[in-house]
Amino acid sequence: MIAPADAPRERALAAALLARARVWQEADARARRFAHGRSEDLTDAVRLADDYRLLAHDLARARALMPASRTRAYLESAYARTHATLHHGAWRATSALRHLLIEETPCAVRWLAPYLFWTTLIFILAGCAGYALVHSYPELIALFASPDTIATVERGQLWTQGLLNVVPSSVLSVQILTNNIVVSLFAYCLGFLFGLGTLYILGLNGLMLGAIFAFVGAHGLAGALFRFIVAHGCVELSVMCLSGAAGAAIGEALIRPGAGGRLESFRSAALRTAPVLLACAVLLVGSGLIEGFISPDPRFSLLSRVVVGAGYWCLMVAFLTGRLFGRHASGELRACA
Amino acid sequence: MSASLPQLSVESVTGIELSLPVAGPGARSFAFIIDWHIRLLLALAWYVVATLSYNRGFSLRPPTAYGQAWFTLVLVPALAIYFLYHPVVETVLRGHTPGKRSAGIRIVTRSGGAPGVGALLVRNVFRLIDSLPVAYGIGLTLMVLTRESLRCGDMAAGTLLVYQRDVSDAELLQNAAQRLGKLDTVGAEIAADLLERWSSLAPQARVSLARQLLQRYLGAEADLSPADELQWRSRIERLARPE
Repeated sequence: MIAPADAPRERALAAALLARARVWQEADARARRFAHGRSEDLTDAVRLADDYRLLAHDLARARALMPASRTRAYLESAYARTHATLHHGAWRATSALRHLLIEETPCAVRWLAPYLFWTTLIFILAGCAGYALVHSYPELIALFASPDTIATVERGQLWTQGLLNVVPSSVLSVQILTNNIVVSLFAYCLGFLFGLGTLYILGLNGLMLGAIFAFVGAHGLAGALFRFIVAHGCVELSVMCLSGAAGAAIGEALIRPGAGGRLESFRSAALRTAPVLLACAVLLVGSGLIEGFISPDPRFSLLSRVVVGAGYWCLMVAFLTGRLFGRHASGELRACA
Repeated sequence: MSASLPQLSVESVTGIELSLPVAGPGARSFAFIIDWHIRLLLALAWYVVATLSYNRGFSLRPPTAYGQAWFTLVLVPALAIYFLYHPVVETVLRGHTPGKRSAGIRIVTRSGGAPGVGALLVRNVFRLIDSLPVAYGIGLTLMVLTRESLRCGDMAAGTLLVYQRDVSDAELLQNAAQRLGKLDTVGAEIAADLLERWSSLAPQARVSLARQLLQRYLGAEADLSPADELQWRSRIERLARPE
């Protein structure tokens, strides 16, 4: 095999380039320090910007002079790290959280308003359909409820009675909130199937709720069921519609992508609605706690349950519009525009 | 890393584009399996230690009735470790996990930077879809079908996994600069590397590598007969000496 003969000029250039290895090493070390948040020195930050230019210059030379060398690999690595460090930006947990609560979540909810209207409508219509179905054909309740639940209601009792004798409140809360969060996340993620998955989850839950109400109503227990769900249900069902709205937005982004293409449209919708999802999870934790500690406890009167349900719903609205954290209506219009 | 790997090319203000090799399903699966073992072991360790403390004896049996304390102190934390491992570790370590580090990959955005908290959360929420129907069936299928090996979560979050080329041998490179004799730059690096690692290599390996290097750069001129190892070393040193 013949040795690849570099021209003397190229070899001199390569030698000059390799002689700067110490400078690259310093630049790389500086980028690592900033990446790990171990430096806040302004002079150092300015030098990092200079390093970036220097590394770009030397990398361009290395790509031309020694394309398959470790020198090039080293420079690619150092350049990538400096690029990532410079483009990451400062991140402060407190200000990021504040921005999330006051700006991002309210704007995302505002953007989702039309979707929220339609998903709520679908949920209500599915509920009415479920009610009408079981009201007309009571035997169809077997499609929506387990045999145990049906037998309990036929005995004139709700399955929620005496629940706390079997399961402690805290255990019940965690089970419920976990289940609700998973359902909400599925309603959101299944928007990936062009919105059909979201529609399925919303429709199924609406049908089930309507069917159960029709069934317990036929046995004179509708009031008792309302008494059970009023404290936690206002927020729980609203959150279900909200996560469904986020899923529908993802579905629409895939069905009708913008100029950037389907993938870009999907990415944009998913990232835009992410704060809403986080808010939904937080709200469902509160809802689960109410469902575990208040809803099954017979010591709470109907009035107190209505107050808790309405109060928590108002809190949810304040939370989602940012008013809870001091956001004003005028600011809302400005920021979301 | 071979040159045939798909690259993420990012335009930069310097005019020199950043080129990051994209990790494929193999490296990603390797990282996932390591992380899966870590989170499983952590969750099991918590479960075992907490159950032993709860039972106050060598019994790992859960209580027969619903025990509030057992549920809160044993089961919930163990499940939380298992299910929240990825979102928490990726957020804290800015797109890294121990498994990804082992596989030499990291998560980046399309601009080549570290992803934000929102993107990491979205990426992890979509694991619900990727993990369907079993064993990440959808995720793996999408990874195989897409050019940049993206799963659903990556598509949603605008992220992808790239190889992290951690070449941290600047001193070796400087050493190589002094050795640009009859060699080109690649050869100088190899010679520098070989001489530096000479004592740590097995005798046959030293001789074999030295023979290959001499043959490559001296061709027909190369005398490949030295019997003594030290002669091989001195021939490499002569080859690498500046003219």
